[in-house]
Amino acid sequence: MEHHFDHELKALKDRLLTMASHAETAVNRAVDALVNRNLELALQVRVDDEILDQFEIEIDEMAINLLAKAPLASDLRLVTMAMKLSQNLERVGDEAAKIAKRARDLAQEPPLKLNLEIPRMSALALGLLKTALDAFVNRDPAAARALIPQDKTVNAMHKQIQQQLIGHMKESPDHIARCLNLLVAVKSLERIADHAKNIAEEVVFLCEAADIRHAEKG
Amino acid sequence: MNPTTMPDTVLQKIEFASGEPAQANAGTTAASLIEVENLNLHYGSAQALKNISLTMKEKVVTAFIGPSGCGKSTLLRCLNRMNDLIDGVRIEGAMRIGGHDIYARDVDVIELRKRVGMVFQKSNPFPKSIYDNVAYGLRLQGIKSGSELDAAVAQSLRSAALWDEVKDRLHTSALGLSGGQQQRLCIARAIAVKPEIILMDEPASALDPIATSRIEDLILELKKDFTIVIVTHNMQQAARISDDTAFFYLGELVEFASTKKIFTNPAHKRTEDYVTGRFG
Repeated sequence: MEHHFDHELKALKDRLLTMASHAETAVNRAVDALVNRNLELALQVRVDDEILDQFEIEIDEMAINLLAKAPLASDLRLVTMAMKLSQNLERVGDEAAKIAKRARDLAQEPPLKLNLEIPRMSALALGLLKTALDAFVNRDPAAARALIPQDKTVNAMHKQIQQQLIGHMKESPDHIARCLNLLVAVKSLERIADHAKNIAEEVVFLCEAADIRHAEKG
Repeated sequence: MNPTTMPDTVLQKIEFASGEPAQANAGTTAASLIEVENLNLHYGSAQALKNISLTMKEKVVTAFIGPSGCGKSTLLRCLNRMNDLIDGVRIEGAMRIGGHDIYARDVDVIELRKRVGMVFQKSNPFPKSIYDNVAYGLRLQGIKSGSELDAAVAQSLRSAALWDEVKDRLHTSALGLSGGQQQRLCIARAIAVKPEIILMDEPASALDPIATSRIEDLILELKKDFTIVIVTHNMQQAARISDDTAFFYLGELVEFASTKKIFTNPAHKRTEDYVTGRFG
């Protein structure tokens, strides 16, 4: 006999996977638009963001209905995690939209002659997001744990690029508008890596029932 | 599926859940089957049901919830006129199934109970074999053919998700089955005569969580073919298995709505207090 509750949990998981796929696509497009000055891709990201907003609402509704049915143990963790995951993915969409908006503005201006590690930082942030989502799909807490320290690398790169841009703004006031656009974009990349870290922590909670958030501060 | 490999065509076909359809009573959109209109029931001088009106839909699960003595089982028993068996019961108002008044003078109560089967809180198999329990109602209907009975018994036991567990001991006593199996046998016995409606009065309250889970899954399977009305004290059970829920208190119907609404955003404070356990 079918276990109906499993079907409902599967529907929730499927929805999360589809949302994750959209979030990853949005970041891919935003980064591509930023690094390659692709205006067309930048415009598509706004649509991705709207789709992610709808997913967040829908997944929360599914989760609330499932909670009313009193799931327990790993089922309970999955449902609560789904709500957090959808929120993180929605915010990833917001960050992608911010990057795309700045990419659109930057594409209208000549490129700055600066040796910034934005392509590498973009690849790293995107890689972290993909690894976190793969860890969720594969229920792989080891991969999730391995990802978490890499967020610091992204933070360090963010700080370094920020300093380079501040220095350049002091030397070339004409470039301030473009530098500010880049500052916002790299901040969004840094936030995307933070969300990837959050997702990884939730995967560990889902698989091991261990709350590892804020462990380094304790 | 890895999200990065999900084809665009799948992503393009995403449809988002829309809001609930507006309904005067409950939330499901199936056709109406059972209509209760201004129903009052008295046990002697005590009024057990007060002006109850609600419409239950075909092939959905409707749950009745409420504290003990609220009238939910009394209303359930009105649906196949079980209350006729109690002295001093007086019923006013209308109760229609498929548009026909089941309290009309010309209604054959035996026929009505064929259409409206019932499963009780405590499993009550007859002290007969598993086979004879399921075949009982069919024989009463005059079916004598062995092959016809064999097929109907097997089909009913399959529908009740019991066949695999009993197929090799059909002619042993039903009393040798576990509590959960006996309850599924009672469900098989109820559905053997192909009723339209199955009434269940706390069918899983005496069972362990595994047997309860099997009964709940079975109810969700049965609603493809039957209309089910269930009384339960287990709110999570109502949330898991029912489409619509009616909350009763002191003989009154306080709220009737989609189960989703009752358990996430009830309209009445008394419903909210009851489902959150803050009653009294």
